[in-house]
Amino acid sequence: MHQEAAIRQPLILGEKSYGNITEDVMASVVGKANKSWWIAIGIASIMAAWGIGCILYLIGTGIGTWGLNKTVGWAWDITNFVWWVGIGHAGTLISAVLLLFRQKWRMAINRSAEAMTIFAVMMAAVWPGIHMGRIWLAYFVFPLPNQFGPLWVNFNSPLLWDVFAISTYFSVSLVFWYIGLIPDFATIRDKVTQVVPKKVYTLLAFGWTGNAKAWNRFEEISLVLAGLATPLVFSVHSIVSMDFATSVIPGWHTTIFPPYFVSGAVFSGFAMVLTLLIIMRKVMNLEDYITIKHIEYMNIVIIVTGSIVGVAYLTELFISWYSGVEYEAYAFINRATGPYWWAYWAMMTCNVLSPQVFWFKKLRTSIGFTFFMSIIVNIGMWFERFVIIVTSLHRDYLPSSWTMFHPTFVDIGCFIGTIGIFFVLFLLFARFFPVLPLNELKTILKSSGEQYKNQPTTEEH
Amino acid sequence: MSNNKKYWKGLEELNNSPSFQKVKSEEFNEYLPAEDFLGDKEVLESSDTSRRDFLKYLGFGVTAASLAACEAPVNKVIPYVVKGDKTNPGVANYFATNYFDGFDYCDIVVKTREGRPIKIEGNKKSPLTNGAINARVNSSVLSLYDEKRYRAPQMGGESTSWSKFNRTIKKRLSNAIVAGGKVRILTNTITSPSTKKLVSEFVAANPSADIKHVSYDAVSASGMLEANKESFGVAALPTYDLSKAKSIVSIGADFMNSFPSSLELTSQYAKGRKPENGWMSKHFQFEASLSLSGTNADVRMPMKPSEYGKTVVAIYNYLNGNKSGAAPKVKMAAEHLLSNKGESIVLCGSNDKNIQNVVVAINQMLGNYGKTINIDKPSFQRQGMDADVAGLVKELKGGSVDVLIIDGANPVYNLPADMDFKGAMSKAKTSIVFATRPNETSVEAKMVGAAAHYLESWNDENAVAGHYSLTQPSISPLFDTKQLQDCLMYWMGLDGNYYDYIKATWSAVTFPMQSQSLLFEDFWNTTLEDGFFSLNTTESRNATFTDNSASGVSAIAKIKSSELEIEFYSKVGIGSGNQSHNPWLQELPDPVSKITWDNYIAMNPVEARAKGFATEYGEQKDADTINITVNGVVYENVPVVGQPGQAPGTVSVAVGYGQVIGKSNEVIGFNAYSAMKGMKNYSTDVSMEAAGGKYQIATTQTHQTVMGRTSIVRETTLDVFQKGVKDNYNPAHMLATHEGPMNINDVDLWAAHPVATAGHHWGMSIDLNSCIGCGSCVTSCNSENNVPVVGKDEVRRSREMHWIRVDRYFSSTPDSLETRSYGEMEQPEDNPQVVHQPMMCQHCNHAPCETVCPVAATTHSNEGINQMTYNRCIGTRYCANNCPYKVRRFNWFNYMGYDKFADLNPSQDDLGRMVLNPDVTVRARGVMEKCSLCIQKIQTGKLDAKKESRPVMDGDIETACSSACPTNAITFGDYNDKTSRVLAASQSTRAYRVIEEVGTQSNVYYQTKVRNVEPNIA
Repeated sequence: MHQEAAIRQPLILGEKSYGNITEDVMASVVGKANKSWWIAIGIASIMAAWGIGCILYLIGTGIGTWGLNKTVGWAWDITNFVWWVGIGHAGTLISAVLLLFRQKWRMAINRSAEAMTIFAVMMAAVWPGIHMGRIWLAYFVFPLPNQFGPLWVNFNSPLLWDVFAISTYFSVSLVFWYIGLIPDFATIRDKVTQVVPKKVYTLLAFGWTGNAKAWNRFEEISLVLAGLATPLVFSVHSIVSMDFATSVIPGWHTTIFPPYFVSGAVFSGFAMVLTLLIIMRKVMNLEDYITIKHIEYMNIVIIVTGSIVGVAYLTELFISWYSGVEYEAYAFINRATGPYWWAYWAMMTCNVLSPQVFWFKKLRTSIGFTFFMSIIVNIGMWFERFVIIVTSLHRDYLPSSWTMFHPTFVDIGCFIGTIGIFFVLFLLFARFFPVLPLNELKTILKSSGEQYKNQPTTEEH
Repeated sequence: MSNNKKYWKGLEELNNSPSFQKVKSEEFNEYLPAEDFLGDKEVLESSDTSRRDFLKYLGFGVTAASLAACEAPVNKVIPYVVKGDKTNPGVANYFATNYFDGFDYCDIVVKTREGRPIKIEGNKKSPLTNGAINARVNSSVLSLYDEKRYRAPQMGGESTSWSKFNRTIKKRLSNAIVAGGKVRILTNTITSPSTKKLVSEFVAANPSADIKHVSYDAVSASGMLEANKESFGVAALPTYDLSKAKSIVSIGADFMNSFPSSLELTSQYAKGRKPENGWMSKHFQFEASLSLSGTNADVRMPMKPSEYGKTVVAIYNYLNGNKSGAAPKVKMAAEHLLSNKGESIVLCGSNDKNIQNVVVAINQMLGNYGKTINIDKPSFQRQGMDADVAGLVKELKGGSVDVLIIDGANPVYNLPADMDFKGAMSKAKTSIVFATRPNETSVEAKMVGAAAHYLESWNDENAVAGHYSLTQPSISPLFDTKQLQDCLMYWMGLDGNYYDYIKATWSAVTFPMQSQSLLFEDFWNTTLEDGFFSLNTTESRNATFTDNSASGVSAIAKIKSSELEIEFYSKVGIGSGNQSHNPWLQELPDPVSKITWDNYIAMNPVEARAKGFATEYGEQKDADTINITVNGVVYENVPVVGQPGQAPGTVSVAVGYGQVIGKSNEVIGFNAYSAMKGMKNYSTDVSMEAAGGKYQIATTQTHQTVMGRTSIVRETTLDVFQKGVKDNYNPAHMLATHEGPMNINDVDLWAAHPVATAGHHWGMSIDLNSCIGCGSCVTSCNSENNVPVVGKDEVRRSREMHWIRVDRYFSSTPDSLETRSYGEMEQPEDNPQVVHQPMMCQHCNHAPCETVCPVAATTHSNEGINQMTYNRCIGTRYCANNCPYKVRRFNWFNYMGYDKFADLNPSQDDLGRMVLNPDVTVRARGVMEKCSLCIQKIQTGKLDAKKESRPVMDGDIETACSSACPTNAITFGDYNDKTSRVLAASQSTRAYRVIEEVGTQSNVYYQTKVRNVEPNIA
């Protein structure tokens, strides 16, 4: 068994046995949903319904129901797209990269982080779809054999790269997540007694037997998928950033974008994971598994990525001056001092300044403060995308075309709708799926569980 | 040998059994129940159908079927049974005719497709207008398909037939004539010799009655007419030749827009603005509101309208040697005039005959008559004498007018409120109004003649002495409409129709003037084909000059100024308001303010800011409102906007607004004519107060300055240009590379498109020095390319669909980052210099839009054109975002069907759709569109050349914008044609490409603007 230094803080608190872990994780699955779950899913469903209504109105009437105009062709749509894709980064990073780095603390959070990733990527995928003027022809973006003569997609277009990047990322993430779920589904299958759930979980468990061979394959496939997923974590947001970086618009045309976007994505992803888990550990009594230590680790990731993002912002500013390109220089001065100054400073405050307070141990181990900060970071990262997209577009080369962007209720409704759908999905996940990888957790119980760590070692030298 | 073989049909026959014999003997070998039925009397009698009935039904059926076959069912689309002469599906026909509405005169060519007029272009052959056309004229085709047109004559508000209508009028007219009553005909200025002859015959035929024809101009030039009458004995306007004038001084005359014969002047003006000629006219403009002409002036001085007279006198005095007290710019103008005697023009827009008398004296002193001004070849485009219409109103109010006939004019709307034409008109015993659509006057009339549109009418015009043109219909009347002239002939009891009458008049009057054609029919057909007949020489009257300047000067001294003055002006789109119902014109941005769909009170921004009014407006920023009282007429809650260049202490307002538009009868703006007391175009009797309200203003450009960016608009002064060092006025973009500085165009990652070597390589050149910003190209493009109208609300959301726009930049001082902050550069100067820059798709050879489209819906043609494939487009808008010129337009809604536009977009009804160009796809919702360089016209030009087995010649193909440009600022052509104008233009020292440093390698070149100013003059 893997030995762990005694001075490392335990990752599983309390006097837990293997059975306890199973019970704790399955409590939500076998038990009845509590009132707060019903209230939460009620609100989320209303938001989702409102959003779906807005989306249908949008598709039925036209993109003009949004506040876009001749100069600002993208605003909330692509802002939301990039925001959701960014959020969708944490899950795979946690499960794949941390797996490769053998970070045990990932085990408490990877399941829900991955679920969040899947749902966030789904929400992200909504936006490029509905932002099309003619969504009914969306299949044109796939390189399908067709009867239109030698008509092919444009492989030069970063938007097309997005299609491939996101669909690949989504499918790999989904498979990775599902593979991890199989042993846990099997555990549930074995425990539940009601007929219908048993049948469903039987189906979901894919005939998992739990023998050594199966576990061996499980470990191997996890490693393979982690190896596949890790480059994707970096490629997806790099490619998303190329939507902007390959353009000619000042403020978009920036070579720094790929690393800057990836770190921003990890930054926002961890913030969203924190938002969700801080509530979940409380409501579902998982404090013993998702400990202060876990939260602290995530906060450290937030400081690191937030600082990278901060450096990127400053680099952009420096280069805009150093390049001597007047359009570039204006684009950045306009960001900071133009009509959208508030968005820029909201971004700067939320993303660069506020995470720095996590240098204080007291703050990064405070649950309330961390929750507050996770919201701030999510707001900041939304503004980052808004600033990049809208403030670059609204005043580009020709001053005659400079405009402002004014969102309509449909812009707001569609955004709220995706948040609603996301939470509905996540709440359903929390209710019916094992929110912690209970079988994997059992592997670290003996090495990182509190009661075992506190025991004197039995083996004598 | 006969064959004795016998064949049996079967064994039964061979056996010939008794049963077989029995079967064979019967005709129907199965049992038939006929006998049962016919034999049963009871059954037979209970049946309703007798033999007689049966025959009846049979007969009816056959007859009905054959009758129905005689008439073809009526479908909406009827193929030609006998195809009209020269009407070939898919092939356009052109008819030369002319446009005159009392405000604009233009020789035009009407393009028809399948019998429908769809486009109006300038007649390039015309020596008068030289093919120039403006937005008002080229948009007038849409008025033909106005849903609200009268479809039949009206009596007492009810539709009636022409026979009843004409009989009633004839009776009333003859009653009035017999009783010796008064008959008055009120029209706009009429230049038609035949109409005038007809009216005079009407007068002559009824000597017992008091019949008079009164004409008036809503935007009056009465002062000039009177001054010319007093000075030369000719109550007409002179003709000008700005192309020969080296010095042009305009005092309040917007000669590019609202001054009489503006189209002629505009095309002449451009000829004197070519710095390559070695000289360039110098244009001084003294005015209160920033007019279109003012935006193009080299030296502009804002002043109150009451000071126009004093300025004229100051110039007059200066020329006479009294040089003291002249303002520096007045002095400069006078000096320049003095050094260009005989090669200068002084114009004045005042409607005061005293001022005009002095202007005449100045031009006389400068020796301009006979050189740049010709009173011996007068222009008849304004004839209205303000006193005449005032006299008519007096007569009407006295109740002595029996029959009042109004044609074309809308006096209830455009005569000042203090005249109370509405009240006066109600006192006429019979009022007859001829109008194409309901207007303020026609709704007050007892009888309304549904007038034919000018594209459905026959007429003739004599706009300028020696220039006779024919108006011919290009479509038969869409509705049951007639011209006044035809009705008048019926009322007079004349035989024939007006067409015959015109022909007779021409045969008698015009035909003898010429000597080319021996036969009248030849002459007539040639004139009809050309659209006009122009005499090279005109009878020289050598008008003698009477100097009235002394009385003028003393009268001017009495003109009083006031703290606040208002100037009435005409907007480029709406003009006098004759077509204010035309959505293309309403949506055409004003060239100066870029505001659409409204008139407003324009105020100097400094004063507006001091009064606490918003000076930034458009999009979601609203204008403040004021209550303003002008000559006792109160306008409540009207918007006020800050207009750089507006003279301090003045405001200005556009006439022509305040009429209803659309199916919902929305009123656009407010009627400023009401306050034009005495038809004077300014007033000193103004007071205003903040109303505290907000008003939504729609503008297409919310940012006014160019922010010191030197590669968008390039301009220089004449001296710098003439020194000939290109780097001083049009430096190339150099990049620092490891091999030393390199031209931006030589540093390239991409392979060039193969357009430079083979086939065509289309491109365009736009001369910023010629472009005056009039917007004629915009409306021309609208009608050529089926550009949808989106309305005020969508313009406020910055979603106008125009494929070509004219960017207007005001200067800020000084335009440099070294001395000014960005915030300061956003503020235009108080009296700014202005640049107009037409902007459309630049057809970049390295197009940023092409690389980013995921579905390859926008691609480069092998002729250098950036093409949109509408049916491939999925509407990601990525191309529009990545366009550095922001010329791509997205179909945010289904403009052809969505409710929001039902009231605005003419193509939402069957009638309005007839104006659509069948060669251009109407775009679906959700697709991107943009300038195609009129690809349909290129294709037509190529096909025509191919049919004639010759290469495409330079000038064969014109885009909608280039053909509509009155100053020929836009040139289209083929770079691969070594003789093309566009290739030469691209190689000129003034040529540059907008934001060339982005590396788009666009196919549109611009020519640096050259101002004729001393560098230190602001």
